[in-house]
Amino acid sequence: MSKEPTLAAPALKPSPWNDPVIRGYFFQILLIIAVVLSGMYIFGNTAANLEKQGIATGFGFMETTAGFGIITHLIEYSESSSYGTAFLVGLFNTLLISFAGIVAATIIGVIVGIARLSKNWLVARLAMVYIETFRNIPLLLQIFFWYFAVLRALPSPKNSVNFADGVFLNNRGIYMPSSILGDGFSLVIAALVIAIIAIIVMARWAHKRQEKTGQQFHTVYVSIGILIGLPLLALIITGFPITWEIPVLKGFNFVGGTVIIPEFVALWLSLSIYTASFIAEVVRAGIQAVSHGQTEAASALGLRAAPTLRLIILPQALRVIIPPLSSQYLNLTKNSSLATAIAYPELVSVFTGTVLNQTGQAVEIISITMAVYLSISLLISMFMNWYNARMALVER
Amino acid sequence: MTTDSQYAPGSHPDLPPPASMVGVVGWMRANLFSNTTNSLLTIFALYIIYLLVPPAISWIFINSDWIGEDRSACTSGGACWVFINARLEQFIYGFYPEAERWRIDVSFFLLVALIVPMLMDRFKHKGWLGAVILFVYPVISFYLLAGGSFGLVKVETSQWGGLSLTLIISIVGIVGSFPIGLLLALGRRSKMPAVSAFCTGFIELWRGVPLITVLFMSSVMFPLFLPEGVNFDKLVRALVGVTLFSAAYMAETVRGGLQAIPKGQYEGAEALGLSYWKSMGFIILPQALKHVIPGIVGNFIGLFKDTTLVLIIGLFDFLGIVQAASTDPKWLGYSIEGYVFCAFVYWVFCFGMSQYSQSVERKLHTGHKR
Repeated sequence: MSKEPTLAAPALKPSPWNDPVIRGYFFQILLIIAVVLSGMYIFGNTAANLEKQGIATGFGFMETTAGFGIITHLIEYSESSSYGTAFLVGLFNTLLISFAGIVAATIIGVIVGIARLSKNWLVARLAMVYIETFRNIPLLLQIFFWYFAVLRALPSPKNSVNFADGVFLNNRGIYMPSSILGDGFSLVIAALVIAIIAIIVMARWAHKRQEKTGQQFHTVYVSIGILIGLPLLALIITGFPITWEIPVLKGFNFVGGTVIIPEFVALWLSLSIYTASFIAEVVRAGIQAVSHGQTEAASALGLRAAPTLRLIILPQALRVIIPPLSSQYLNLTKNSSLATAIAYPELVSVFTGTVLNQTGQAVEIISITMAVYLSISLLISMFMNWYNARMALVER
Repeated sequence: MTTDSQYAPGSHPDLPPPASMVGVVGWMRANLFSNTTNSLLTIFALYIIYLLVPPAISWIFINSDWIGEDRSACTSGGACWVFINARLEQFIYGFYPEAERWRIDVSFFLLVALIVPMLMDRFKHKGWLGAVILFVYPVISFYLLAGGSFGLVKVETSQWGGLSLTLIISIVGIVGSFPIGLLLALGRRSKMPAVSAFCTGFIELWRGVPLITVLFMSSVMFPLFLPEGVNFDKLVRALVGVTLFSAAYMAETVRGGLQAIPKGQYEGAEALGLSYWKSMGFIILPQALKHVIPGIVGNFIGLFKDTTLVLIIGLFDFLGIVQAASTDPKWLGYSIEGYVFCAFVYWVFCFGMSQYSQSVERKLHTGHKR
C-alpha cells in the first residue's frame, strides 16, 4: 500500500467482485441453489426410503377407519370413525384445553400480578414467591405432579368425596349431574338471549346518560338482576323443564352424569398455574410502565384505589401488556401439546401419537400437525394485532 | 412577643417520632395494617401461609425419614427421603456403567474449572478461554463421555441419562443455538430479499410449532431424510431438534437488540469503511447483545426447562429417570418425594441463572445511564 493517495475522482465503478449489488445477487443465488439442492436431496431420500419401507404416501389414510377409542370427545366419535374424525377430535380437545387454560391463567395472572405490586408487604411477598416458584419449575414436571401425585392419590370411586349429593370426586375424575332439557327449555334460552340484549341496550343508554349529565347508573347490579331474573322467571313459567341425571355408583365406577377426566384437570391446573406466573410478570411490567403521575392525578381527583386501577391504570397498562400477553397465550396453546405425556387425547397425543403409530405416515402427519399449530399461532397473533390496533387508537 | 414556652420559636429540639410510627410496630402499621382492606388482606395472607407452610415443613423436615436402605425405613408418615438417597446415583448418572462414572465427573469438573474464571472480573484472557470452552472442551468431553477410543470403553448413548443427560442436552443446545440464532437474526435484517425471506420463514416456522412436534419430527421424520444406511443416534437427532428450535427463539431475542441500536451506529461503521462482518462484530453486536442479556438468559432458562420434553421421545433425562424410579414397585407411592426433589433441582438451576443474569445486567448497565 505504498501508493500515494490521489485527489483524482475515484473510479466510477468498483470492480465487479467488489460491487455490493453484484455480491448480493451472487450470495442470494448461492443460497437459493443450496436450499433447492438440499430440498431435492431430502425429497429424493424420503421418497426412496418410503418406497423401501413400503409406507403409503398421500392423504388417503384420513378416510380409513381408525379402530381405536378416545376417552373424551366433543364431536361424535367411535372406533369405526375415520382417522380424519380422530384428527378433528384431537383438534377440538386442543382448542378446549387451550381456551380453558387461557381463561384461568389470565384470571390468576392478573390477580397475582396486581398483588405483586400491592402496598401490603405480605401480599406482595406471597405473589413473588408464587411467581418465582412456578415459573422456574418445568411445566412437564408440574403436569406429572398434579396427575400422578395429586389426582392419582384421590380415593377410589367407592370412597369418593361427595359434594352436595351429586358431585363426586375420585381418582377417575369429577362426576357431575348432567342436565336433561325438557320441552319448554327453548323459552328459557330465549329469555337469556333477551336478557343479554337488554343489558347491552341498557349499558349503552347508561353510558350516554353519564356522558350527557354525569349521573351514574348501577349498571353492574341491574345487569346481574336482569341476567338472573329473566331466565328464572321463564323457568318458573314453564315449570322447571330440567331434570338432572345424577351419577350412580355401579360396580367399580360411576355411570351417568358428566365426567371431567383427571387428565384434563391435571393439564388444566398445571397449564393455568404455570402460564399465570408469566402473565403476572407481564401484568406487573405493564402496570409499572404507567407513570406514577397518573395514580397521583387520580387520587387528586378523589378516586379510590379500586376505581383508579380499573379506570386509569389498567386501560393504559393494557397497551403495554397486550403484545407479551398474546405471546403467552400462544405459548399456552403450544404447551397444551405436553398432554401427550399423560395421554389426554389432544391433537399431538391422538394424531401424532396413535395415528402415526398405526399408519406410519410420518411426513404427512407431522406436516399436518405443524400446519395446525402454525395456523393457530397466526390466528391468535392476528386477533391480538387487531385488538392491539383498536386499543392503540384510543391514544391521543 | 412573649410565649409560654421556654423555647424561642424554631429553636425547639426535634422530638423523636411517636413510638407507634417507628420500629416493628410502625413498619407493620405502614405495610400490613394501613387500612381495613389491607388488614383483611394481611389476615387472609397469614391464613394461607398457616395452611401451607407448617404442614410442608413438618412433611419435609420434621416427620421425614432420611436414613435407611429401603422403604421399611419410612415409618414416620412424612417425606421418605430414603427413596431419593437410594436412587441419587441413578438420578445423576442414569444407566451409565458404574465403573465409568468418573468420566462424567471429570468432564463436569473440567467445565466448572473452565467457567469459573469466565465469571471472575479479574481474569484477563477471557477470549482465549471462551474459545477453549466453545471449541476444545466439547471435543474432549465427547471423547470422554462416549468413549470408544484412547483406551476408554464405549458407552452407548442409550445408557446416558439422569441429570447429566439434562445438562448435556441443555449445554449443547445453548452452545449450538447461540451462533445459529445470531446468524438468523442478522439474516432476517439483511437487505438481500432471498436471505431475509429464508431466515424469516425458518424462524417463524420453528416458533409457530410446539417443541414436541419438533422432537417427533427429529425422531420420526429425520431418519427418512437421510440416504439409506446413514443413521444418526437418537440423542443426536434430539439435540439437532432442540438446537434448531431454540436458535429460532434466540434469533428473535437478538433481533430485538439489533433493532434497538440507533441507525447512526450502522452509518458510523459504514463511514469508517468497515466491512459488513467487521461492523457487525466490532460495532453493532457488542452493543446489541448487551441490551438483550436478560432475554438471552431467559431463552437459556426456557431451554433448560424444555429439555424435560425429551422423555416423550424415550430419552431418560432427569425428570424421565425420576418418573421411571417412582413407578418402580419397590418404591411405589413415593412419587411426591421424587417430584419435589426434581422440582427443587430444576428450581435451583433456573433461579440461579435468572439471578446471575440480573447481576450481569446491573454490571453492564453503564452506557445509557445519564
